[in-house]
Amino acid sequence: MMRLPKFRFQVPATVDDAIAQKREAPPGAAYVAGGTDLYPNMKRRHQEPSVVIALHAIDELRRIVTGADGAVSIGATATLTEVATHPDVRVAYPALAETMHLISTPILQNMGTIGGNVLLDTRCNYYDQNYEWRKSIDFCMKKDGEVCWVAPQSPRCWAVQSADSVPLLVAMGATVDLVGPDGDRSIPIEGLYRDDGILYLSKQQDELLTRIHLPSPNGWRSSYRKVRRRGAFDFPVLGVGAWAELDADGVVQGARIVLGGVASSPVVVETAAQALVGSSLSAEAIDEAAELAWKTGRPLDNTDFTLYWRKEMIRPTVRRALEDLASHR
Amino acid sequence: MAPVESPPRKAQTDDRLRVVGTSLPKVDAVAKVTGRTKFADDLFLPRMLHCRMLRSTTPHAEIVSIDTQRAEEHPGVVAVLVGRDLPTPYGILPVSQDEHALCIDKVRFIGDPVAAVAAIDEATAFEACELIEVEYAPLDSVADIEDALDGDDPAIHAYGDAHNVHKVVALEFGDVEAGLADAHLVQEDLLFYEGNTHLPMEQHAALGDYRPDDRLTLWSSSQTPHYVHRALATVLEMAPSRIRVIATPNGGGFGGKSDPFNHEIVVAELSRRTGRPVKICLNREEVFYCHRGRHPTLMWIKTGFKQDGSITGMHFRSFLDGGAYGSYGVASTYYTGALQTVTYPVAAYKFEGLRVFTNKPPCGPKRGHGTPQPRFALEVHIDKAAEKLGLDPARMRLDHLVEPDSVTANYLKIGSMGLGACIEKVVAESGWNDRYGKLPEGKGLGLACGSYISGAGLPIYWNNMPHSGVQLKLDRGGGVTVFCGSTEIGQGSDSVLAYVVAEVLGINPFEIDIITADTSLTPVDLGSYSSRVTLMTGNAALQAAERARELLVRSVAEKWDVPGVRVAMADRQVFDVQDPECTMTFAEAVVLAESKFGTIGTVGSYTPPRSPGRYRGAGVGPSPAYSYSATVAEVSVDVDTGETHVDDVWIAHDIGQAINPVVAIGQVEGSVYMGLGEALMEEMTYRGNRNIVHHHPSMLEYKSPTTHEMCRVHTYLIEDPDPNGPFGAKEVGQGPLLPIPPAIVNGVYDAVGARVDEVPVTPQKVLAALKRKAKQEEPREGPKKAPQFVWPEAIQVPPPWAGGDGRARDERREIGGGGVRK
Repeated sequence: MMRLPKFRFQVPATVDDAIAQKREAPPGAAYVAGGTDLYPNMKRRHQEPSVVIALHAIDELRRIVTGADGAVSIGATATLTEVATHPDVRVAYPALAETMHLISTPILQNMGTIGGNVLLDTRCNYYDQNYEWRKSIDFCMKKDGEVCWVAPQSPRCWAVQSADSVPLLVAMGATVDLVGPDGDRSIPIEGLYRDDGILYLSKQQDELLTRIHLPSPNGWRSSYRKVRRRGAFDFPVLGVGAWAELDADGVVQGARIVLGGVASSPVVVETAAQALVGSSLSAEAIDEAAELAWKTGRPLDNTDFTLYWRKEMIRPTVRRALEDLASHR
Repeated sequence: MAPVESPPRKAQTDDRLRVVGTSLPKVDAVAKVTGRTKFADDLFLPRMLHCRMLRSTTPHAEIVSIDTQRAEEHPGVVAVLVGRDLPTPYGILPVSQDEHALCIDKVRFIGDPVAAVAAIDEATAFEACELIEVEYAPLDSVADIEDALDGDDPAIHAYGDAHNVHKVVALEFGDVEAGLADAHLVQEDLLFYEGNTHLPMEQHAALGDYRPDDRLTLWSSSQTPHYVHRALATVLEMAPSRIRVIATPNGGGFGGKSDPFNHEIVVAELSRRTGRPVKICLNREEVFYCHRGRHPTLMWIKTGFKQDGSITGMHFRSFLDGGAYGSYGVASTYYTGALQTVTYPVAAYKFEGLRVFTNKPPCGPKRGHGTPQPRFALEVHIDKAAEKLGLDPARMRLDHLVEPDSVTANYLKIGSMGLGACIEKVVAESGWNDRYGKLPEGKGLGLACGSYISGAGLPIYWNNMPHSGVQLKLDRGGGVTVFCGSTEIGQGSDSVLAYVVAEVLGINPFEIDIITADTSLTPVDLGSYSSRVTLMTGNAALQAAERARELLVRSVAEKWDVPGVRVAMADRQVFDVQDPECTMTFAEAVVLAESKFGTIGTVGSYTPPRSPGRYRGAGVGPSPAYSYSATVAEVSVDVDTGETHVDDVWIAHDIGQAINPVVAIGQVEGSVYMGLGEALMEEMTYRGNRNIVHHHPSMLEYKSPTTHEMCRVHTYLIEDPDPNGPFGAKEVGQGPLLPIPPAIVNGVYDAVGARVDEVPVTPQKVLAALKRKAKQEEPREGPKKAPQFVWPEAIQVPPPWAGGDGRARDERREIGGGGVRK
């Protein structure tokens, strides 16, 4: 069977310890929370850290806290199950709770963490394979090789953003806390991502994602729709996060539509969102937004299904996500 | 159909059965659910080494050189093997001895092994493989059927019926052209069945242990220890008497562990060289490379129908993509043409089939071996014909059923035949008559049937010996031990032995010791393939048990001074049927018998009846008994996305007699599950533009249904005892898979009016067909043309009703002469 390479396993007790250990560790050292992404990647030799710094002993990183305004902030190492079953999340952020259940399988939801999902490695048919398989295609740009086999003429890697929580959190306007050797910072989650399959995060190597802040749950709705082959296990081949702020008459004041699984970063479709503003989420407005999103999305041949079909799925999937918004509450 | 002599059909089942027909637990259930079952990878021996194999990273190449020096010097490495260390070829079929344990001169697919390392642990063996340098001189590769038949690429093998064509078959039974000319409707279709693989939960594993007294033991997760035994003796050039092969319980087989495998030979040889036990457990990627799964098959079918739906003539062609080696491929090719005739009478039948070599992992037998593809084609084809004839698809089939106790056009001898009862059952239970064609858009019902063999009539290699043997040992404490070469792959074969023996001897099946699949301890059984085990080992066990019973009865009758017919055995007691007060325990009866006869041991064996077919190729298709199945599937199609979900499957299976109904229903449900995967998503496909590398050799990306995709299954066992089966039993392990894909495809048509002449029925294919429908084009997605091939003149075999005797018209004529049209 595939075995993990050898590595040193460290368990810091505090965030400061974790940062210090990471700074002292050799290059390539990795933080690990649930390990559901990192360990399989290590078995396939995608990442070969000589030191792995585990975060499970740091209690504060796991806490889910509700503020006075009802806004919830989630520690990065809270498991997906903990997020999904937290009473305040379920009441105030039902779409997020449901999305947790769409990730992989119940068993992996018990191990995997929200922080791990937010930082999930980008994926590709040519990359998520074991070492020997990758050797037989002469490897690829993302690890050990030169060429991006999705677009061989391309100077960049096209591995695809594949985390279910991300399109929704970006649509909701969540912010994230990063703690590093040079201090702390808090940024909109959208700013965490870069449109590059290899350098897909703006997070610095030694920075630690500690907390995800959700906006105060008033006056808006959100939804997430996922396309995949099967009802479990599978990563999204398309994810649609939608958010809309409505006034007392049900007229849309602001909206965001975010596509996942179509590029190396989440894709915010401004034009589609604009089509909703001023509408009351009517069928016509939804159809127009779906059409505009369809025009924007350009999936590549790097996941399950044909890229033609994945492109075609943008229209009905955006429509269904927006219909969820319209029927919500 | 022509009536033939048949033994009188007397019901062998009666109300005296106490074990057979009862839903008892499996005898190995407790060990399985408590984790006590030892699978091959659970075995550890002192001083054991671990093996890894280095595999080709190129699909087709000459091996220029292999340098193993750095690997040999790597700390912890004990031995390194290359191809020339094991020069003798092997293969499951005598006609296809085309594999080597490790490639010698060339590699034929990505994953073909070129070297092997034994080291102190797996990680060290992995590191050492990285230190082996192989220089390849690449050859053009062959990607698929079309590519193989264009004749432009170098030959993958030096043998075959034509360039890169492994096997060509052409057989004609009666005048098909005349039959088509007589037809009211001639229907012609082209369909494709994508390749897929078994996906057993347990990866293949093997442990070789060679002892200094020149004896070798191999434990392996194999369905066919007898054939592995033969291959080891051949390749290692050892006397079979010095080799012992033990098949560990298989964590799933489905046909994927039926060949002798290179890793089995390699660990045996590494153990011989190192004098230490050597184990290998393949990783999941390597399991995909072992493959031997469903052949991708392109099929062309042309059938003449009378207005009432009866078949005047059928012409069937199949093109199989065999992958890089022979495996069971010759048999697979014949099977794609064998069983078209056993469900609905075919007055005249012509079959042409060929199998090509390609640079991909070898295909072979997967559940249904070579028959799910043609069954899919035939049942979709009939659905289309029924619509054109204005007939209800269920009624059309019911009106034209092969007669029991008849012989088909291609000389298959049918015994019991319960298909009519199966169709009637699923039609009634699914509400077919009120709902077919009447459900709202997006919802549909589809019906299909199938049939499968209960064991192949002939063994893999020619011999006149039994296919299955059982030895029974009775000891004076009342203990009974059954010895049989059969292999438990989860299907319940150990349990069947216990139930049959317990039934005959009137004892508790859970007190019987079952010793199976050990070539030193157990008599030969050919293996767990072709749905043969219940019928063949069941009959062998029945004979052994009846012989033991006879010894006990004679001893007890003598003691009581009563005629033997008065002695009965049940509930671990022996009693006088006319004097119930007169009893003794089973153990006391054994003591009497051992006192009278000496040590009590009996044997039983089974050889299938001879088939009436005498033509070349008649060896594939005959069986002691055929099972039948009928299915109605209810599907929902999302017209916006093309996604298909199967909601319900009603399936009736003619099993003859269920030895254990719950285990039988489990086999039906497992078949439905596997058929669902093949119908909707499973694809063993390759990146043609990237070196013919497997698309996704992982359980995450090779899509197999989860519980979310699984449908409700309503199973009905139809019991019409077959005279050739033990207690009337026929197979259930494979046949129920066959009607599932065509029933689903027919259901999709009923739901949305679009035809997908190809499985898997992926959303993109359904959407493509729907888009054509919206544009008023033919609402179909599927293959567009068959490759050109000049078929040899077919061997002519007159059918029974044309005065045929099972022989070809000109027996001397050999097949061959087919070729590639440039």
